Amino acid sequence: MALKLPQNSLLGSQSDSQRTLYPYVTGTSVVALKYKDRILMAADMGGQQLALGSIDLKPFSYVHMRYKSVERMKPIGKHSLLGASGEISDFQEILRYLNELILYDNMWDDGNSLGPKEVHNYLTRVMYNRRNKFNPLWNSLVLGGVKNGNKYLGTVSMIGVNFKDNHVATGFGNHLAQPILRQEWHENLSFEDGVKLLEKCMRVLLYCDRSAVNKLQIAKITEEGVTIHQPYSLKTYWEFSTFENPAQGAIGSW
Amino acid sequence: MFRNQYDTDVTTWSPAGRLFQVEYAMEAVKQGSAAIGLRSKTHVVLGCVNKANSELSSHQKKIFKVDDHIGVAIAGLTADGRVLSRYMRNECINYNFTYESPLPVGRLVVQLADKAQVCTQRSWKRPYGVGLLVAGLDESGAHLYYNCPSGNYFEYQAFAIGSRSQAAKTYLERRFENFADSSRDDLVKDALMAIRETLQGETLKSSICTVAVVGVGEPFHILDQETVQQMINAFEIVGEQEGPAAEPDAAAGQEAAAEQGGSTDEGVAPMDI
Repeated sequence: MALKLPQNSLLGSQSDSQRTLYPYVTGTSVVALKYKDRILMAADMGGQQLALGSIDLKPFSYVHMRYKSVERMKPIGKHSLLGASGEISDFQEILRYLNELILYDNMWDDGNSLGPKEVHNYLTRVMYNRRNKFNPLWNSLVLGGVKNGNKYLGTVSMIGVNFKDNHVATGFGNHLAQPILRQEWHENLSFEDGVKLLEKCMRVLLYCDRSAVNKLQIAKITEEGVTIHQPYSLKTYWEFSTFENPAQGAIGSW
Repeated sequence: MFRNQYDTDVTTWSPAGRLFQVEYAMEAVKQGSAAIGLRSKTHVVLGCVNKANSELSSHQKKIFKVDDHIGVAIAGLTADGRVLSRYMRNECINYNFTYESPLPVGRLVVQLADKAQVCTQRSWKRPYGVGLLVAGLDESGAHLYYNCPSGNYFEYQAFAIGSRSQAAKTYLERRFENFADSSRDDLVKDALMAIRETLQGETLKSSICTVAVVGVGEPFHILDQETVQQMINAFEIVGEQEGPAAEPDAAAGQEAAAEQGGSTDEGVAPMDI
C-alpha cells in the first residue's frame, strides 16, 4: 500500500513500500507447555484484518474483518510443531522456508533429520537477519518438538530474541497466561491436566484479549508425531453481577 | 601405468572409459606417507606416519581437527589436504551457527565428495591429489569414511592409505571383525600395530607418528607424544601379539610406526608388501 512519506523520511523512498511496516492480518496469542515427555500447544483460530483505506499513521485504530478458521499451528517435519502469532502472510512465508528446509533435509535420505532444536535455531537466524534488513517477518513464533525422547520448547520474536523454557506464550499470552503457568505448571503434568491448564489460560485470554476468538485448537507433540485436534470452543460465563450493572459500585461521576 | 595419448587433461576419456588424470591423482595418494583409521561402535581412531625430511625440520601435519566430533587424516599432497580441511571446518562451523547442532559426518563427506567431483569435470581444474580418512561421530554412532580424488567416498570399519598401506590393511583385515566391540584403548593399540606394519623395519617411536581419537563423550583430539610413547612402551613390553597392554594408557596412540626391529615382536611375522 502506498504511503505518502516526506522526502527525507528514514523509511526510505516509496519504492521501499515492499517492506513490512505494520502487520495487516494478525493472529493473537499462542500458549505452549511441556508435560511429561511431550509438548502441548494451544492457539485460537482467529485472524483479524485491519481496515483498508485510511492513510493516517495509526494503523491499529480499528479492525475491519475477522477470520475464524485460521490455522496458526502447523507440524514441521517429523518432530516439531510451529505456532505463530502476528502477521499471517509472514507465517505462511515462514512455512514456505521451513517446507524447503525439511524437503532438502529429507532428500539427503541418510537417517539424519532436523529436530526441534535445529529448526528453532534456523528460525532465529531467519528472524534476526530480516530484522537487520529492517524488513521483519512480523511474527512471534513458538517451536515445540520431541526427538529421541528429548522434549524441546522455544520461542523466537520478530526481532530474533530466542529462548527455551518449560512454558512459553506470545503476545498477550505473556501478560495473561504466563502468570498462571508460573503458578500452576509443574514437571509431571498429565495430558488432561495440561489441557485443563491451557484451557484456563485460553479462557482468560478470551475474556481479556479483544482479538481473541472463541474457537481454539490444541496440538500435542509426542515422540510418535504431531496431532492437532479439531477446533472447539470454551464455555464462558457472563452472569457475574458486576457485569450486569458495572457502574453500581462506582463513586463519582465516571 | 604408462603414459598414453588420453592422459593430458582430466576432461578426456580414454577409449576404455577411464579418466587417466583422476587415476594419476589417486597415485599421488599412494605416494604419500601412510595414514590409517579404524572404528568401534563408539570410538574412531586415526593415525599416521609423520616423517620429517631431515633432522633439522619439523614434520608435516597430516591430522586435522575439523570439529569437536570430526577429524581427518590425509595422505598425498598435503597442501591440497589443508585446503580441504579448511573447507570442512568452514562447513561445520556454518552448520553449527545456523542449527546449533553438529554437522552429521555423512553429510560432510558427501559435500566433500561432490567438491572433489567438480575437479574431475572441468578442463581448467585438476583433481585434488589427496585422500582423506574422515573420522566422526553422529546420531547413528561412530563412522570412518575414505574420500578419494575421484569424488567417491566409502565407509569403512578400518582402512589404510598411503605408501606401504597394504601391510597395515592386511593386519587390519585379520582383526577388523573384533573392532566393533573393542574398548577405546584396544582400538588405539590396534591402530598402533597397524602403523607399525607400514614402517617395516623401523622402530616405532612417538616422534614419527601421530594418533588422534574421537568418541562418545570424547571430543576429537590428537594425543600428545608422551602418552603415545607410553602406549608404545606398554604394548611392546607385553609383546605385540596381544592387544591389551598391562597398563593401557589413555593416550592409546595409533602409532603405526611398524617397529619391525622390536625384539619382543614374536607373534607378528614381518609383512611382505
